[in-house]
Amino acid sequence: MSETTVATRPDEAGTTSAHSVPPRRRRRPSVGRIVAWVVMVVLLIITLFPFYWMLRTALSSNSALYAEASSWLPVDFSWGGFERVFGLQSTEEAIAQGGSGASIDFWRYLGNSVVVATGITACQVFFSAMAAYAFSRLHWKGRDRVFAIFLLSLMVPVIFTLLPNFLLIRELGLIDTLFGIMLPGLFMTPFAIFFLRQFFMNVPLEVEEAALIDGASKVRVFFSLIIPMSAGPIATISILTYITAWNDYFWPLMVSYSDESRVLTVALGNFNEQSPQTGPDWSGLMAATLVAALPMILLFLVFARRIVNSIGFTGIK
Amino acid sequence: MSAPPLREQRAGRRRDDTRLALLFILPATIGLVTFYFWPLLRGIWLSFTSWDLLSPAEFIGLQNYRDMIVDPVFWNALQVTAWYVVINIGVQTVVALLLAVLMQRLSRSTLLRSLVLAPYLVSNVVAALVFLWILDYQLGVGNQVLAWLGLDRIGFFTSEVWVIPTIALVNVWRYMGYTALLIFAGLQTIPHTMYEAARVDGASEIRMFFRITVPLLRPILGLVLIISVIGSFQVFDTVAVTTNGGPVDASRVLQLYIYDKAFAQFDFGYASALSVALLLLLMVVTFLQYRITRAGQTDLN
Repeated sequence: MSETTVATRPDEAGTTSAHSVPPRRRRRPSVGRIVAWVVMVVLLIITLFPFYWMLRTALSSNSALYAEASSWLPVDFSWGGFERVFGLQSTEEAIAQGGSGASIDFWRYLGNSVVVATGITACQVFFSAMAAYAFSRLHWKGRDRVFAIFLLSLMVPVIFTLLPNFLLIRELGLIDTLFGIMLPGLFMTPFAIFFLRQFFMNVPLEVEEAALIDGASKVRVFFSLIIPMSAGPIATISILTYITAWNDYFWPLMVSYSDESRVLTVALGNFNEQSPQTGPDWSGLMAATLVAALPMILLFLVFARRIVNSIGFTGIK
Repeated sequence: MSAPPLREQRAGRRRDDTRLALLFILPATIGLVTFYFWPLLRGIWLSFTSWDLLSPAEFIGLQNYRDMIVDPVFWNALQVTAWYVVINIGVQTVVALLLAVLMQRLSRSTLLRSLVLAPYLVSNVVAALVFLWILDYQLGVGNQVLAWLGLDRIGFFTSEVWVIPTIALVNVWRYMGYTALLIFAGLQTIPHTMYEAARVDGASEIRMFFRITVPLLRPILGLVLIISVIGSFQVFDTVAVTTNGGPVDASRVLQLYIYDKAFAQFDFGYASALSVALLLLLMVVTFLQYRITRAGQTDLN
């Protein structure tokens, strides 16, 4: 029931209303359409409710939560949860409000997450772009065969490489370091290469040739032509890589043992385990989850249109 | 400038590319060999050894695999994982398809598409913690709602019956919007004219869905399914954070068992054999799915 259908109706073509009023508005909503919207709204509520509940709980004071668990608004409004997350409360205060009293070095975990996600994203996207350039714009023997081998690695499940990679990182003496967490992701992912190659292939040959005739080298063409002209796709893959690296839990859990290299996801898991089983610090936990999720949500808000559309692209391929 | 010299010039430059290309793929190749191919070989080799990380690995042939066949925990883990995959993929596919079709038929708004993607932005750990709270036996709002409806409270994460469906649905929540967008992208490849023609013939929305949308979406739906099933078999984070395998072994999925074997019991040989089993399983499932959904073919032409 799209607009196009309505517009092609013979009785509307050429009449005065056709150009002044969008045809869609003149349609009476059918029962089916109303039902469809209701289903859509229900799905949206399911999607968004947990975010609201995080916020509502984070802004409640923990002890009061136990008395009024089902209130739809924050119970006994308090910033206590957030204060505990950021380490702004004294231990006594924290325990009084239902916290575990364990020290949470939040800023360090946040910093670690930023370092890991930024390092992985910058290196992986750059190296993948270099490879994608070689696979799309350079002419060399065996190119397609080598590319096929790279694509083959898409089939290797993550789980299978994790144990041997852990051993390798251990042999390199990089256990419990941020570099050890980053290393396997620094060089490339087959997906990033594949993704960027698609776009590089679409940069018009003429532009490249003009630069070459002007005496530019292929390296220069890559840096001052291909990369700027593919800024959109590069930004997209960077954000997707950043989100993935930021949210990763299994690999950092394997490699990291101490605060030195603990990233936010692992810290959150720990935070949960340290929380007393009898009366967990739910407001503190929800404040922490919210703060951990916030950077990605902000990043997404800025680039939403681009990411959403790029998923359209990856879906087709 | 006349044409022939230009072409020669181009050809000349092309001949030089090999060295530059090798330089450009060098970092990626290092990554590929070191972190994909070498671990693959090493993992397979380790599965034939007994190794506790301290003394040198000892070759023991097929012993790990023989142990695996008679290991009840392994079979239980396999069963639990399969049950998880069935619920997760079953529900997720239906909901995502519904969501995708609704998005296509109702609105093109980027806002809507962004909102459904929101859960994909949070980590599995965050998703796990939020639902641990929402579905808490005593205080969780989920159980409060059940109580208002006059139903019995459910120990979502503490009952052997409910724990796997619950974890499966938590991950449906996290991934349904993302899957819906992938399917939505596939929907965009179906020409509008087909719906218009069908409408002229008086076809209903439901009829068009089954006669046009589903058949033409099949190749993309097939690929999306394969990707989600592979991902779904590797569930770990949500289980590790919420139940750590409990109650008893009711949520001990294969990945968690591999992790326990390696990092709690330091039995790297056996853990590697379990990974090989998971790899083989994934290959068989992917192959079957590819054949069944005929994902490589399109009906569009």
